[in-house]
Amino acid sequence: MLDRAATDMASKNETTRRVRFRGAGFVPASSRYGGWVALALVIAIWQAAGSAGLVNALFLPTPAAIVRAIYQLAVSGALWQHLSASLLRIGVGWLLGTGAGVVVGFAIGLSRLARSIGITFISALFPIPKIALLPLLILWLGIGEEPKIATIALGVFFSTAISVYSGVDAVPRNLIRMAQSFNVPFATIVRKVIWPGALPAILAGFRITASVALLLVVSAEMIGAQYGIGAFVLQAGNLMQTDQLLAGVVILSVFGLAVGKVIGWLEMRLLHWR
Amino acid sequence: MDLIASHISHRFGDLAVLDDVSFTVGAGEVVAIVGPSGCGKSTLLSILGGLLQPTSGAPELRGAPPADSLNPLTFVFQDFALLPWATVEENVEFPLLHTQLSAAQRRALVEDALRRTGLTDFRKTYPKQLSGGMRQRVGISRALAVKPAILLMDEPLSALDSQTRELLMEDFVRLLADGGMGAVYVTHNLEEAARLADRIVVLSRRPGRIREVVAVPMTRAERGETAAREKLLALQNQIWSLIRNEAIDAEREVQHA
Repeated sequence: MLDRAATDMASKNETTRRVRFRGAGFVPASSRYGGWVALALVIAIWQAAGSAGLVNALFLPTPAAIVRAIYQLAVSGALWQHLSASLLRIGVGWLLGTGAGVVVGFAIGLSRLARSIGITFISALFPIPKIALLPLLILWLGIGEEPKIATIALGVFFSTAISVYSGVDAVPRNLIRMAQSFNVPFATIVRKVIWPGALPAILAGFRITASVALLLVVSAEMIGAQYGIGAFVLQAGNLMQTDQLLAGVVILSVFGLAVGKVIGWLEMRLLHWR
Repeated sequence: MDLIASHISHRFGDLAVLDDVSFTVGAGEVVAIVGPSGCGKSTLLSILGGLLQPTSGAPELRGAPPADSLNPLTFVFQDFALLPWATVEENVEFPLLHTQLSAAQRRALVEDALRRTGLTDFRKTYPKQLSGGMRQRVGISRALAVKPAILLMDEPLSALDSQTRELLMEDFVRLLADGGMGAVYVTHNLEEAARLADRIVVLSRRPGRIREVVAVPMTRAERGETAAREKLLALQNQIWSLIRNEAIDAEREVQHA
C-alpha cells in the first residue's frame, strides 16, 4: 500500500497532457444555401464569359439568351404545344406501366406460380433497352401516339414490377406471422401489412420510373414526332438554334426536378413513420 | 380450455429439433419452457400456436374457450412484431379489424387493453418513438385486446435490459394474478420461469425432449415475499443443474450451416 501511495504521488507531480481528439470528419452535413450559391456562381461565370465574347454563342448561348428563348416559346404558345404532347405521353404511359407493374409485382411477391413464371420473363425482357422496341411497336400500333406510349409503359412496367416484388419480399416475415397468429385474413394482411410495408420500395421505384419515362419520351419523340420536347430539341439542333435547343433541355430539367419534388412530398406524407 | 402438446416431433430437413414432446397446459395455468439454447423451445411454441406444422404429433385443444375470447391462443413476440406505420392504438386495434365487432366495441376493447398496460397516454405515438419496454407493452396490450385464454410468450423479455425486464415481470405477475388467463412462457432465464410459472417444463438439448417437469410449490403472490427468495433460488439451482452440462455442450457446438 505504501509503495502504491508513493508512485501515485510521483505521477501526480508529472505534467498532464490532453488526449488528442481524433474523431473529426466523415459527417458531411450539407449547408442550406451552399448549393444555390455554387449554381448561381456557375451561371454568372457562364453569362460573363458569353457577354465578353469568350464563348461562341452558336455553340453555347448565354443563360440570358436561353431564358429569352423560353420566354418567346411561352408567349408564342409553342412551349405549351410541345410540353402538353410530351406530358400526355408520359402521363398515360407511366400510369399504364405503373398499374400493370404494381399488379404483376404483387402477384410475383405473393404467389409461387406467378413468381416462377414472372421472374423468368422479367429477367429475360428487363435488360432490353425499350427504345429498341419502338420500330416494332410502330409496325404493330401505327405511327400515332400509341407506340410512344407503349414504349414508355413497357419501360416503366419492368422497373415497377421489380421494385414492387422486392418491396413485398422485404416486408418483415415476423409481421406476417404476427397477423396470421391473430387469424387476420389474407386480403387484410395484404392491405394492412404488405402494402404499407412495401410502400417505401414502391415509392423509391417511382423515382426511377419517372426518369425512365422522361428518357423514353424524349427518345421516342426524336425518332418520330411532330410535337413534343424531344422533337423540338431535335429540330432546334438541326437548325442550329442552340438557344432553342438548350431551352428545351432546361425545360426537361425543370420537369424532372418537379417530379422528384412531388415524389419527395409523397414520401414525406406516406412514410412519416420511418 | 386446455392446450395439449401431443407427441410433438419436428425436424428441419435432417436436423431433429423436437422429439416426442407431450404436456398439458390447464385452464389458467402458467407453464414455462426452459432448456439449453437451440433445444427447440421457440419452435415448440410456434407449433403450439399453429404457426408451424410439426413433422409428427399435434397441438390440441380440450374444452371450449371463454365465450368472449376473440383469439384463444395469442402470441407475445420476442421482437414485439409491431406495425411501424401504425400508432400504438392502431397496433392494438389491428387484430380486431377483421372481426364482426362494431367500431364502438373495438374502441372499448382497445381502451381497456391500453389502460391495463399503462399505455393510455401513448396512444398516438409510433413504435419508433417508444423504448423497448414500452414497445413490448404495446405487444402485450394487443394480445390482451383479443381476450386470450392462453398467452404464448416467446422470450418476451429477452430483447430488453434488466431493469425493464424487472418492471415488465411485475406487469406479467399482475396480469396473470387472477388466473383468468393461462400462459406458455418460453425463456432461457430461470429466474423468470421460477417467478411466473406454476410448472416448469425442462427440455433437453437438441433434439428437445422433456427431461423433467418441475412444479413450483407456492402461489405467485407468495413468491414476492422475502421468505420465498431462498426456496426459489434453490429451485433455480435444481433446474440449472439439470441443464448446465447440456448448455455447455450446446454452446460448444459448431454450426453446420
